[in-house]
Amino acid sequence: MSGAALTVRGLHIGFGGTEVVRGVDLDLAPGRIVALVGESGSGKSVTARALLGLAGRGALVDAERFELDGEDVRGAGERRWRRLRGAKVGLVLQDALASLDPLRPIGREIGDALRLHLGLRPAAARQRVLELLERLELPHPALTIDRRSGELSGGMRQRALIAAAVALDPPVLVADEPTTALDVGVQATVLQLLREAADRGAAVLLISHDLAVVSGIADEILVLADGTVVERGPTAAVLGAPRHAATRALLAAVPTEVPRGVPLLAAARLADPGARVAGSTPPAQAAMSPTGTAPILEAHGLGRAYRSRGGDVTAVEDVSVALRPGRTLGLVGESGSGKTTLARLLLALERPDAGVVRFDGAPWSELTEAARRPARRRIGAIWQDPYGSFDPRWGVARLLRDALTAGGQPGDDRAVRELLDLVRLPAALAAGHPLELSGGQRQRVAIARALAARPEVLIADEPVSALDVTVQAAVLDLLDELQRERGLAMLFISHDLGVVRHMSDELAVMRHGRILEQGEAEQLFAAPQHAYTAALIRHSPRLAWGGDAHGTPSTR
Amino acid sequence: MRARRIRAIALRLGGALFVLWAVATLTFFAIHLVPGDPAQAILGGPGSQAPQETLDRVRAEYGLDQPLVVQYAAMLGRLLTGDLGTSYSLKAPVAELIGGQLLGTLTLALAALALAWVLAIGLALWSSAPGRVARGVAGAIELTAAALPHFWLATVLIAVFATGLGWLPPVANGSASGLVLPVVTLAVPLAGFLAQLMREHLLDALERPFTVSALARGETASGIRLRHALRHAALPAVQLSGWAIGYLISGAVVVETIFARPGLGRTLLRATELRDVPLVTGVVLVVALVYVLMTVLTDLVATLADPRIRTAAA
Repeated sequence: MSGAALTVRGLHIGFGGTEVVRGVDLDLAPGRIVALVGESGSGKSVTARALLGLAGRGALVDAERFELDGEDVRGAGERRWRRLRGAKVGLVLQDALASLDPLRPIGREIGDALRLHLGLRPAAARQRVLELLERLELPHPALTIDRRSGELSGGMRQRALIAAAVALDPPVLVADEPTTALDVGVQATVLQLLREAADRGAAVLLISHDLAVVSGIADEILVLADGTVVERGPTAAVLGAPRHAATRALLAAVPTEVPRGVPLLAAARLADPGARVAGSTPPAQAAMSPTGTAPILEAHGLGRAYRSRGGDVTAVEDVSVALRPGRTLGLVGESGSGKTTLARLLLALERPDAGVVRFDGAPWSELTEAARRPARRRIGAIWQDPYGSFDPRWGVARLLRDALTAGGQPGDDRAVRELLDLVRLPAALAAGHPLELSGGQRQRVAIARALAARPEVLIADEPVSALDVTVQAAVLDLLDELQRERGLAMLFISHDLGVVRHMSDELAVMRHGRILEQGEAEQLFAAPQHAYTAALIRHSPRLAWGGDAHGTPSTR
Repeated sequence: MRARRIRAIALRLGGALFVLWAVATLTFFAIHLVPGDPAQAILGGPGSQAPQETLDRVRAEYGLDQPLVVQYAAMLGRLLTGDLGTSYSLKAPVAELIGGQLLGTLTLALAALALAWVLAIGLALWSSAPGRVARGVAGAIELTAAALPHFWLATVLIAVFATGLGWLPPVANGSASGLVLPVVTLAVPLAGFLAQLMREHLLDALERPFTVSALARGETASGIRLRHALRHAALPAVQLSGWAIGYLISGAVVVETIFARPGLGRTLLRATELRDVPLVTGVVLVVALVYVLMTVLTDLVATLADPRIRTAAA
């Protein structure tokens, strides 16, 4: 094990008698990227934190071997860990907006490591930080250094976050879900920076639940399930010939290249992973409604601006879309591109400044709220954070009953049971409270609520972005099935191109409040007309079967 | 950009003027609801037993025989010219009387605010400490402190430190040592309140991902508190400090009376007892003005401390 940056044997982590990590072995070598993948609850995040002595209060960490840069750190106390953190091992968390102190300039955040470990005076630290910003290609370092994370663009603040972790070039760099919930362009930046850190000699451990993200960059993959490593090997081997069911489930859940209409978690595909490699499975039900059907919800020339103290901000400008029964219109774009505003306009939660929305051939956006109310139940909506849209004092049964009666349906126990059955939840959950549910179950309750009034249109705004890939896959399958059963017209909004591609018949790409291009999904993917669409497709992580870690075409 | 800023300032000024007008109006009508005769007050209070014709003469002289609305209009007219009027009871210009008392009360209030901040930061840091015991004890102290009434606290402090130990004078004597007990009396309840507010935000900040990031850079536990969490906790407290000045000045009414300390609070109390309309109105207006200025000031400080407010307002 000469030259190993980190060697761990038999790592056990327990909280109050329950073991969450049971005997994990880990070897990190300079210049190599190892990915640790698994569903949430598999113990990957706590493993990552334990490598910095940050497993948390009350955590019992035990290992047969635990060597960081040649130093045995078993039983190290807080003081010794403080000396190691930042100097020998760095940590990159997800979204920099939350992971950098919003009240401190990034220069101070990045300079902390220099101050703490090298005892540098402010002026000297500032000089080093400037060099670091230069190295990580942040534009205008002299200005940026005094900005706070909230004042920077998504890509820049993510660069700053990584700069803070690599300020001292620690031999080990741990990245815990560093790309989750980021726009694809920013995701690509983060992956590239991690690659660069490895090229400079760092041993990188990348934690993720998304195989598509790690496939393009990792040299080796470890699959964690229930606190143990169930499969490990070179990226190409693990992805090409997965042996364990957990690996296959993670692989299957990646929606990018699964054709429209094919369930992500179909039992057949799980048993025979070769089928998905071929990627030629015909859609189970190719006969979706034809394009020619009359639209049920349509928008013409929609415009909406918000007055802010900094001047008017155009959120949506000259947007026309049409939703047809049985078909899904996918809407992609970065955060802030106006997707959610468009959803709110279609739902008539906001009044457009320009243009009209028509529902079922009749006026919609021009109506008064009183006139709209009877028809409201015909359009359902799901949001990213279902918990935020539930009344926190209500149990599941009450939430569903309320949705049923509001939609003019009988709100008895049988109806509630049927609704739970519809979203594949056990009837016993009716007695529960949303707080006790998992993220996936909660989103299912949200879907049940949205469908309680038997709507004809469903507006889904980032319905799966807060979920794990496997849970996400199950929810996507459910939405797809329900659409087929009920002939729903659906607007599916996401920043994740892979998800949208899997879900959509038609696709609209949105940027700065405008729709750049719109058309049949497969056609648009095959031949994007707009440079921005092409870049989105290029940056979107996808499974790289070759496992060519050093030349990562999908992330550059 | 420039026009927008000017409009914002104009709005702010307009708001301040509105507050002052509302305060003057409310005070004027409220004091007329208090039983008693202002003419009596002018002639030296209810005990003076002035003959009826003297009362009538005074009423005519001061315009007290006019309808209330006319008196109100006359008062507004005077205020507009910057004239706070003449005190009924002390027969001196109100502006002069207040000028003589303002400094004492402001010193008291600002010293109490400063002490409250120091105590609150200490308490909040202590009560958000990892240990369960420390957290419980400090939390209990905060709660008790916030609930203490001024008059009770003042009485206890005098009993212990003045009468009992003899360390400090029981009444204000113009020296710095005379300022200690009044300031402590005012500061302690406010400190308890501010500490509760700060602790809540402190604990919230310690839960946030940037805390983990800082730990991962090798930051110490106290470094996390002082460099990161405290700043997040201080912001809401800064924004409340404008309100706190109003609270402290109303507290000064009690404290100045108990410690026999000259100041606006005691003047206000006496003036209200004597139905000295011009003096009451004058004091209340000045307090309102201080309050408005402090609110503007704290907003300014908060904007400097929090870039998020700054960008939203830019």
